[in-house]
Amino acid sequence: MAIEIDISHVARLARLELSDRQLDTYGRQCRELLEHVARIQAVDTEGVEPTSHPLPMTNRFREDRITPETVLGHEEVLAQAPDTEGPFFRVPPAIEEA
Amino acid sequence: MAFTTIVGAARALRDGSVTSVGLAEQVLQRTSMVEAQLHAYLTLDSDGLMEAAARADEELAAGSDRGPLHGIPIAVKDNMTTRHMETTAGSRILSGYVPPYDATAIRRLRDAGALIAGKTNLDEFAMGSSTENSAFGPTRNPWNTDRVPGGSSGGSAAAVAAGMALGGLGSDTGGSIRQPASLCGVVGAKPTYGAVSRYGLIAFASSLDQIGPIAHRVEDAALLLDAISGHDPLDSTSYPGGIEPSGARLGGGLDGVRVGVARRLGGADAVEPDVEAAFDRALAAMEGAGAVTLEVDLPSTEQGLSAYYLIAPAECSANLARFDGVRYGLRVDGATTEQMMSRSRADGFGPEVTRRVLLGTFALSAGYHEAFYGQAQKVRTLIREDFARAYRQCDVLVSPTSATTAFPLGDRTEDPLSMYVSDVFTIPSNLAGHPAISVPVGLDRHDLPIGFQVMAPALEEAVMFQVAAAVESLAGFDTTVPFDPSYGLRGGVR
Repeated sequence: MAIEIDISHVARLARLELSDRQLDTYGRQCRELLEHVARIQAVDTEGVEPTSHPLPMTNRFREDRITPETVLGHEEVLAQAPDTEGPFFRVPPAIEEA
Repeated sequence: MAFTTIVGAARALRDGSVTSVGLAEQVLQRTSMVEAQLHAYLTLDSDGLMEAAARADEELAAGSDRGPLHGIPIAVKDNMTTRHMETTAGSRILSGYVPPYDATAIRRLRDAGALIAGKTNLDEFAMGSSTENSAFGPTRNPWNTDRVPGGSSGGSAAAVAAGMALGGLGSDTGGSIRQPASLCGVVGAKPTYGAVSRYGLIAFASSLDQIGPIAHRVEDAALLLDAISGHDPLDSTSYPGGIEPSGARLGGGLDGVRVGVARRLGGADAVEPDVEAAFDRALAAMEGAGAVTLEVDLPSTEQGLSAYYLIAPAECSANLARFDGVRYGLRVDGATTEQMMSRSRADGFGPEVTRRVLLGTFALSAGYHEAFYGQAQKVRTLIREDFARAYRQCDVLVSPTSATTAFPLGDRTEDPLSMYVSDVFTIPSNLAGHPAISVPVGLDRHDLPIGFQVMAPALEEAVMFQVAAAVESLAGFDTTVPFDPSYGLRGGVR
């Protein structure tokens, strides 16, 4: 199966700013790997259910209550952030000015 | 005398012939001798270890005994969060990250009295089979420093093999505990999916990842696994039922045990002759001890590698979306949020992680999701059905753990696919969610260890450990060779 990958589109989706040379290399490697694994498409899976969990389990929900053992304070949460302002994470503008 | 096993050290702690401080000193002394050559640790917490050892001794002296791991130094793969101890997952994007919480497996180790000696090297985000993909440089194999230790838990396997800890934790997504254990001549086990909580394990492929033990002895591995397993409400995929303790049937022997021989598991070919010969010797010994063997075929597992290299990158691309330079980790400035994120990720991820994120993003993108990820999840069902058929005839399945022994550094780094086939024997158990363990059974012509894999149905860890312990005892393999200071550490063929 010949596979066309628009690698710069994929890189944009993955939020990876790569050079043209990197895009060339990764694009070629991804194409080669996909051509190898694409042989899986020849397997007859008519009527086969996909595996979601290997054990016969469905989603397990816990009670909707605060679990103090997993709650962190502001200070601890923000301690590892590259940039903060007051009780917030700070990032560059997300919306371009009109 | 050096202590090499957890069980031996635990006994000596209680008869007073050693203290936990003495064990910690032994481990630190051994580390100071070999770490410069091996680079097994990313963080070695010498001070924390000595303090925790002193506390463990005080507790024991006061009559408070937390059980067999009390006072035992353990090395932990650096993709499990440790409160107030740097956790990098072997990635530049997490360099300097100090988690505010312990992973459940870590908390349970601490509760059981174990001491965290440090955090061990790994392929970045556990993606790799040689530990060469670490952003902080490779780990080397204690049996031969020109060779890789395997991966991705190569740091834990090397640390345990060389006596830099008495046991270790790794994580296994496609063989990342068993393959390095095999290449480093120690025992390594991947539990049933859901047996050990993944809370605090930095996620790679969530439907495949499991934490498990690495140790010198099968019984040590069982002790470690029993300490960390069990239901955890903080992981929604954690198994809520009870599981028989892993060590419950040690000493049960092989009489009448039905052993399925899966020689071509995963479509394996090109098994090294020395590996095949050691495997056959172990099988013959098992038959001599009363096991009934039969050759089994699991044809769908031939698609295992392909299914794995669609499922794992797809899940990794989703999981690694969280590394965006906002809340923690590396940030590279940009004019907009998107530019900042795209630059931070491009700078922070190494080539293998970048490749897999791209591959997974493509495989999940519009128009391809069903043809790739959807189809792979269906093939996974076919693989589980193959296993189910095999287990109607046998109690356990066996195969080599790795088609080759430890390969030279640099040997497989240029061609991604050549590295990926390292895991052909180990991937099927991850896809099925079943437990599997590697036990060392011999050396090849270059004096490099050979591993033997025992697999069991989901939640049948006790049977798996029973058989593994019997194989270990029949093989009589000396795992402690790299412990001996006179062995030294050097490369080349000896």
